[in-house]
Amino acid sequence: MNAIDILGGLLTSDLRMATPILLSALGLLIMNRSGLINIGCEGIMLISTFIAVAGTYYTHNVWLGMLCAMAVAGLLGAFFAFLTVSLRANQIVVGVALNTLGTGISTVLNRMLFGMDFISVKEYAFAKISIPGLQDIPVIGQALFAQMPVVYIAFLLVPVVSYFLFRTPIGLDLRSVGENPRAADTLGIDVYKMRYGAAIVGCMLMGMGGAFLSTGLLNSFQESMTANRGFIALAAVIFGKYKPTGVMLATMLFALGLAVANLLPSIGSTIPYNIVTMIPYLLTIVALAGFVGKVTPPAAAGKPYKKG
Amino acid sequence: MQKFDRIKFRSNMSSAARQISVSLMAVVVALIISMLVIAAMGVDPMKAMSKMLSGALGSKNAIAETLVKMTPLLFTGMSYALANRCGLTNIGMEGQLYVGALTATIAGVYIPGLPMIVHLPLTMLAGFLGGAIWGGIVGVLKVRFGANEIITTVMLNTVATNLVQYMVNGPITEPPGDDAQSSPLLDSASLPIILKGTRAHLGILIALLFVVLFYLFLWKSKKGYEIRVSGQNPNAAIYSGINTGRNIILVMLIAGGLSGLAGATEVMGVQGRLFPSVSPGYGFDGIAVSLIGANTAPGIVAGAFLFGILRAGGNSMQRATGVPVAIISVIQAVVILMVVATGFLREGGFKRKKAAKRQNVQEGGVSQ
Repeated sequence: MNAIDILGGLLTSDLRMATPILLSALGLLIMNRSGLINIGCEGIMLISTFIAVAGTYYTHNVWLGMLCAMAVAGLLGAFFAFLTVSLRANQIVVGVALNTLGTGISTVLNRMLFGMDFISVKEYAFAKISIPGLQDIPVIGQALFAQMPVVYIAFLLVPVVSYFLFRTPIGLDLRSVGENPRAADTLGIDVYKMRYGAAIVGCMLMGMGGAFLSTGLLNSFQESMTANRGFIALAAVIFGKYKPTGVMLATMLFALGLAVANLLPSIGSTIPYNIVTMIPYLLTIVALAGFVGKVTPPAAAGKPYKKG
Repeated sequence: MQKFDRIKFRSNMSSAARQISVSLMAVVVALIISMLVIAAMGVDPMKAMSKMLSGALGSKNAIAETLVKMTPLLFTGMSYALANRCGLTNIGMEGQLYVGALTATIAGVYIPGLPMIVHLPLTMLAGFLGGAIWGGIVGVLKVRFGANEIITTVMLNTVATNLVQYMVNGPITEPPGDDAQSSPLLDSASLPIILKGTRAHLGILIALLFVVLFYLFLWKSKKGYEIRVSGQNPNAAIYSGINTGRNIILVMLIAGGLSGLAGATEVMGVQGRLFPSVSPGYGFDGIAVSLIGANTAPGIVAGAFLFGILRAGGNSMQRATGVPVAIISVIQAVVILMVVATGFLREGGFKRKKAAKRQNVQEGGVSQ
């Protein structure tokens, strides 16, 4: 293998591996901007990985499987909003409970429906969309122009979310709810409705991310298969300074870490895998401590709001 | 005859009694929901539950298993509760546990030639310090740099699990390094068995001793009073001259240390060496334990006992009925969700707003 092939392969797998994290991170970003911190991203992704596989298995269509996962994730988002917005429960504790629930319910459902059988949905996998001509460009051709459709969707969502948050009236309302809910309320913005909407849409994106992880990348469900990707998404939102483009770059950087870590043994490197996988988290801590410019979270993030 | 006054009755009912009823309700609802799930799997829920109970309490061995599972839960429950009393959300218990297990293993494997009376406490201390460092980092980052402890603890959890995996595969792997595990701890660093023929080890007594210390520290010492004030009303604490920054670091050091002890007792009493998956989530269980126990010493013992039963009985339930142990996680999640949801009712709920104002009850400092 020559250097160009390695580089091209690395870039291709980087974008592919970044996709589930990016989708979830965008979902988290939307929630965060409305003032909701969802530690439960990992759990929601994990439930979605299973629902997507089960949905694909029963409907014989990977897109329907993904829709099932997004629907379930959206319901979980509504549930999250009910507890944290309407009942003003502690968002962190609810998030932790969702993670615990995700581990438990995905395993229980898997054993219930499939027992100990290994279910592969490879035959229904997403078809690659290759753009003739462009895909033959060295290094970036395969990475940018011969991917599964979900990869394109995830990266196209970056400008969409950016436009929505910063260029539309609803986006402005959403951000104002996350910064100063009292003032937003006075201006006639329905704080609860905004947060419910953000939670549902945000969690649906996490569902899409989880679905792509199982049906897109690995073609199957394994217990605890998200392997901290939900937490990487959480880190990416902070490391990307709560901006869609920043979040995208952060996920690409973190996914590169994963891709390199996977590549290491095959090129006979002695750098331990676990040290490489630590990097995203360490970088985030460094970012939080303010060593790479100031990271300002939405002012009302994590705080319950009481109307009236 | 005096008319029954609901409002007065409610205000007279002590907050402790109300807390207990809320916790009990949460547990009952969680059990009902999980029994429905079990029934949906085509298993008789009563049979599953009785298998679980007999597996946790039905024999000497079963009770010993429950005590074994309780031990780390007591430590992580105290860890979460202590930080929570100071107004902090420590969800880094899992990571602190891993680092505590790692440092205890290093002390327990690589310091030979000591008598048990010295080596045992030294290994415990190493575990405490390992966890304390991991928690202390969080405290320092918060006080010095304003870094949110929730995010830093989440990040450090993953760093810690990776660190342990790296260590058992590399620097402290058992020669010749075929398996991902450390060498066994020396006998002088292993916690003695307290019930013959079972796995129940001294750790449970140490954990209970720490519960007493936890109570004395928080409710009988000046520092503990300061910490509780800082948690309930940070501004008041600052105005009255309490150094909240220093208290935050202190609390995170101790909270981390307590979780570290959970890891230490696991390797010293149960597993005998360090495995990459030293904890099946005891760190996160600590949150549920502390929530059920409303951050009080007796409550934490009760919560740890409950989840100890679930963990110990879950395995025999799986063997007897095929219901996967993972159902325990579901029960636990529902318990947590029920407690936080009913916390809203405790605060006053939808209809009780006026009543709550009139009764003006001093809540017992329950902050979630």
